[in-house]
Parts: sequence; C-alpha cells; structure tokens
Amino acid sequence: MIETGHMAAFLALAASIVQTWYGLRGNRPMAARMAVSALCIMGISFFFLVMSFVASDFSVALVAQNSHTLKPLIYKIAGTWGNHEGSMALWCLVVIGFSVAGALCLDTGRREFEARALGVQGAIATGSLAYLLFASNPYLRLNPAPLQGLGLNPLLQDPALAIHPPLLYLGYVGFSFVFALAAAGLIEGRVDRQWAKATRGFVLAAWVPLTIGIALGAYWAYYELGWGGWWFWDPVENASLMPWLLGSALLHSIIVTEKRGSFAAWTVLLAVLAFCFSLLGAFLVRSGVLTSVHAFAVDPLRGSLLLAGLLLYGGAALSLFAWRAPALKGGQDWALMSREGALMVNNLVLAVATLTVLIGTLFPLLAEMTGRQMSVGAPYFNLTFSPLLAALLIGLPIVQPWSWGRASFEPNWVLALIIGGVAGAIVLAAWLLFDLPIGAAIGVALGCWLVFGAGREIVRRAITPKRIFKLPARVWGMTFAHAGLGLFIIGAVVETGASYERTIALGKGDSAEVAGWTLTLDDVRSGEGANWYSDEGRLTATYGTSTAVLEPSKRYYPAARMPTTETAILKTIRGDLYTALGDRRIIDGKTLWTFRVYFNPLIDLVFLGVAFMALGGVMAMAPLSWAKKVVRPAKNEAARADVPEIVV
Amino acid sequence: MMRARTRRLGIVGISAALLVVAGILVVLAVRDSADLFWTPTKLAEIGGPTPGLSGKVGGFVAVGSLSYSSPTEISFSVIDDAHSISVIYEGIAPDLFEEGAGVVAEGSFNEVGVFVARQLLAKHDENYVPRELSDVEGPSS
Repeated sequence: MIETGHMAAFLALAASIVQTWYGLRGNRPMAARMAVSALCIMGISFFFLVMSFVASDFSVALVAQNSHTLKPLIYKIAGTWGNHEGSMALWCLVVIGFSVAGALCLDTGRREFEARALGVQGAIATGSLAYLLFASNPYLRLNPAPLQGLGLNPLLQDPALAIHPPLLYLGYVGFSFVFALAAAGLIEGRVDRQWAKATRGFVLAAWVPLTIGIALGAYWAYYELGWGGWWFWDPVENASLMPWLLGSALLHSIIVTEKRGSFAAWTVLLAVLAFCFSLLGAFLVRSGVLTSVHAFAVDPLRGSLLLAGLLLYGGAALSLFAWRAPALKGGQDWALMSREGALMVNNLVLAVATLTVLIGTLFPLLAEMTGRQMSVGAPYFNLTFSPLLAALLIGLPIVQPWSWGRASFEPNWVLALIIGGVAGAIVLAAWLLFDLPIGAAIGVALGCWLVFGAGREIVRRAITPKRIFKLPARVWGMTFAHAGLGLFIIGAVVETGASYERTIALGKGDSAEVAGWTLTLDDVRSGEGANWYSDEGRLTATYGTSTAVLEPSKRYYPAARMPTTETAILKTIRGDLYTALGDRRIIDGKTLWTFRVYFNPLIDLVFLGVAFMALGGVMAMAPLSWAKKVVRPAKNEAARADVPEIVV
Repeated sequence: MMRARTRRLGIVGISAALLVVAGILVVLAVRDSADLFWTPTKLAEIGGPTPGLSGKVGGFVAVGSLSYSSPTEISFSVIDDAHSISVIYEGIAPDLFEEGAGVVAEGSFNEVGVFVARQLLAKHDENYVPRELSDVEGPSS
C-alpha cells in the first residue's frame, strides 16, 4: 500500500520536473497537462498515506510514531499532517494543487507568461518533492512492526487543530504561486496592469486561508493550552505573522499596479518576499534554531536543507529582480499626496513593522553572536510593532478619500475637532472608568476610529444611500476588512489590558470570588474517553442572579504519557469567564483542587474581527465583471468629480 | 519630470524617517525588555542571585524538591550538574511540568535570592528540549 504511495511521489517528482521544463520553455498546454498529472499522482500518494493512518498500519514508521488504534477517526486522518514528514507531503500536494489552479484559472491571453509561471511553480514542486523524498520521507516501513503506535500528541487532538495546518499551508504555499507569477513576469520583463489583475486573485487566495489559519491557531491556543491568552509572540506565531504582514502590504500595492500600472517593481519584490518569509518560517520552525513551545522534534539537517532551499529560490528570484526590475515600465504619474502616496506609506510601514517582528524573532540568534543568551517577549513587540501599526491606522480613514494621481486635501477642522473630542472622550472613559492601561485605552479609540472610517468611506463611495448595496463586492470587501481590523484591535487591547487572572485552591463545597463571580466547587469526578481518562471538575458560577455550571477537566493520555488541560469557558456579553483545572494538592490533610480562573473581556471581538477580515478578503476576490452590471457611473457630473473612483 | 525627482526624494525621506523611528523603538524596547537567560552554573559564575535581577532561568526540576508553600503556590529547585536555584511560582504549572523534567522560568529574584517566576514555559511535545537547555548537563544522579 504505502509503497504505491512512495512510487507515486517519485512519479509526481518526475511530472514536476517535466512541467518545469515545458513551462520555462513556454509550452503552456504541456505544462498544464503535467501539472494535472502531478496532482492526480500526488493525490493518490497522499491518499495512501492517509489510508495507512486510518488503517493504523504500524509497519509504516510514521504511523507507528504518530498514531494509535484508540484514536478517534478524525484525529487518525488529521494525524497524517500532525508531524513533520506528513505535513511536508501535504505541502507538496498543495504546491501542485496551486499549479493546477493556475493552469485552470489563468486567462491573460499571454500564453508564454502563463507557461513560465507554471514552470516556476513546477520548480518549486520539484524542490518540495525532492525534500520530501530525500530528507523527510513519510513512506518508510518499520521492521518489525510494533503492535501499537505512540499516538498523536494529545494537544493536537482537537478539531481546530485538525484544520489549522492545511489552512496555514494553503496560505504559505499560496504565496508560492504568487512568487511564480512574479518570477514569470520578471522573466518576460512585463509587470503591468494585466499582470496585477491576474495575480491579485492568487494573493487573496493565499491571504484569506493564512488569515483564518492564524486565527484558528490563536483560538486553539486560547482554549486548549489553559494559559488564558491567544497570542504569545512565540517564534512560530511570528513566522506566520511575517508573511501575513507582507501579504497584506502586497494586497495594497498590487491594487496600485492594477489600477495605475505604478509600483510594478515594488509589488513584484513583495510577491517574492512573501514566499521567502513563508520558507523562512518553515526553516525557523523545523530547524530548532529558536526556542519555541511549538517545535516539532527537530533535526538540524532538515533545517539546513530548508535554508538552502530558501537561499536557492529566494536568491534566484532576487537576482532575476535585480536584473529585470530597472527595465520595468512605470505607470501613470503620481504626486506624493495621492492615493498612490498613501498606499506607499502603508507599504513602507508594513514592511518596517515586519522588520521589527523579524528582529524580535531572530533576537536570540543575534544575542548569541555576542555570546549571550537573551530573548525578547511581548513587551518588545508592544513597544515596537504596536506603535508603528497604530500610527499607520490613525492615518487610514484620513487618506482613504484621496484620489489617484493627485489629491487635494482640505482639512475639515470642525469635523476633526469633533472626532478628536470623541476619541479623547473614549480614551478617558476607557482609562478612568474601565481602568484600562493608557496604551489600551488609545487602542480602543483607534479601533472605533477604524470602524467609523470604514463606514464613512463606503457611504462616501455610494454617493447616494440607495447605491450602497450596488457597490462592487470589492468595496464591501475593503469595508469589512478595515472594520474587522478595528474590531480586532478593540478586542485585542481590551483583552490584553484588562484581563483578570487568579489561581484559587478549593476543597469540595468551598467558594472563591473572581471578577465579581462566585465560584463554588461541587465535585471533581473521574471520567474516561476513547484514548484518555480524566479528572472532571464541576464549578457553579454565580453573578448576581445568573448561575452557570462550568466543567473544566484534565485529561491523561496514557499512550503519550501526557496530560492536557480542557478548559471550560462561559461566554457572556462582557467577556469570557475562563476556567482551567490544575492539580490536586493535599494540604494539612485536606484535599484541595487548584483552578486557574480568568476573566477575558471582549475576547470574542478578536476572533470576530479576524473573521470579518477574512470575509472581506473573500468578497474582494469577486471579479469586477459582476459589479459592472449593476454599478453605473453617477449621473451627476459634479458628484463624479468629487468621487473620481467609484468602481474600485 | 520635475515631479518624479521630488517624489523620489519624498519616498527616500519617508523611508529614512520610518527606519530611524523603528530603530529607536527597537533599541529602547531591547534595552527595557530583553531577558537574559541563566543556568544555575552561569548564575553562580556571575556571583549568585542579586535582588531585583530579572530574566529567565532554566534547568531541571530537582527530584524531591517540589512542594506547596501555600495552596496556590509551588516551590522547587532548578538544578544542573553543579548548582541550584530556588524558584517559587504562584499558579498552576504547565501540563508537562514534573520533577526531573526540564523547565524554563521567567521572572525575577526577590530580596532573599529566591526566583519568583511569573511564567513557567511549557512545551508541546515530550520529545522537545528547549534550545536554552540543549547544553545544560542534567544532574549526575
């Protein structure tokens, strides 16, 4: 069985090499055929790999190390990519999948360009498959086969984490096709409006799953780890944030290239860098050069191979860039004060913010060069990344109405005074009444400002209220994404600034008070599941007249000899009452159970905000041809002059 | 094309200003919040704990040292092959924390030289050793 998969992976490698050959020579039909064959063959290969997990075939080394007969079916399947080798197989499958998506969706009328994009993608698939087969082979047998497997790390046996890796990979690997399109554009020496139009959809196709994938990971960390938080500035989290930031910058700059033909070189550079940072993330995670709570058991050889791949592909693309970029044609003329200028500042700030995250992430390595063991945590990022981003976002609603080419800016001082007053009132209220730290209070005002700005912008574009629902999906997408970012910021700063945390120890029948709630321990019982047994606490929480029962538990997975925390969360309008069961302590002959209790205000806004951003990304994918049918230019010429850009 | 030149100057100016601001922020942030890491032996080399010194300590939880100083507080010793550091932690230890296991604690030393941990770093995988601990010798016993 698994040998068939192994063979198939080799065949997929061969097909990818042929695809690269035909593609780079400009033969689009053959490259497309090879991509489709590679996908079918790799699909079969991956299917056999999944089937050996489903069938618990412990003669396959990877299954023996990562699966167990008692595991529920969904986690047997998810276990396929819950380890290094299997996740690389998934990576290869997705790389090839994007080849096929490109072959099917690209319709620029420039067949050589399309062929070359498929060729570059074929080269990425070739590298990935070679790495899979020669450095992290999941298809190897184990002799003799053990009777039972070691089991999947119990922390990973969770629905959110079953789909978190595939989504993240869709994002990381999605940027590989953006990279391929950039390289193909450079080979041709043509990065113009048409190129941007074809590429923009693929940027979104990578950005949306990456956004959801990161949010799912954060959500998982929140309820599964039992630490109350959702973002820890861990190297692995940063590794996913950096391509996301560059991808967000790219999403904005590619609009300029699409509409005006400008920023061509910068857009291509971002397209190359977004994928390079995805590879850098893979390298940081898999090589073990950084301490991370997420690390898989690490292997330095694999790390150096990933680094070699990063240098090879990134170096090739950057050389190509250095060679071709100076010859790229500029677009329409623009002044600094214009929509182009505003988007340029957006891109510069996002790039510099990415740089500060990179410095923070690599800081332990930098410090090691000076012979010291040092690291930076959340305070570093709060002092560098947050102010840069805040400055950017304060400007967003102000510059959004600016028109392409040259904008006239006549500040409305009355409005500015009113908005400034409201913002000041929000900051004071959050600071004095709700006891938020001053930074968080400013964050709340900033979030409100963004939501307000997003609403104001869509009303401005609609000109008359009736047309608001006839605006193109792209405009709605932008509105949702910007408002979502505002909601996210409100949730993030309130949760971080005002979350309340306490550890309590309770005997049966004892009560304790946390954030206005009275928690009473009714009982702690033992329970049992398919592959675990547990201690299950039962707490009654009362707040005024409302009462709720919370059942946090602690599970022990004998196969992995490891416990996990199953939190119990009570959702209220103000926030989450979050409880995690600790250990049993016998003090002075009395049995006490420890609980960690948090009150996390407005945490749902964090995830709701990100969901809005992802939804906005999906809406922005809608082709403009849909919109043209309903949106007609405004009849009033004077109104048109005011709002030069109705259709985005 | 006068405009192209002024535009280029503007772009360079804005980029430079941004980089300078970011550079200042990074330097300030690193000065304020970078955490040094000590193993028990390294700490002994710099002359033992100083009250108020903050950072990270790491090593192995000494077998037999784990006790409850109050219902919600644990205390234990972090050791390597030669020295030890006393640590107290208010709260619930991470899932994989146990006697004999590797641990990294983040916090600061109090007046009596005990390390008060704000956070104990957990790991997700039982096969994984934090990089800081990769060259720490375990206790010889």
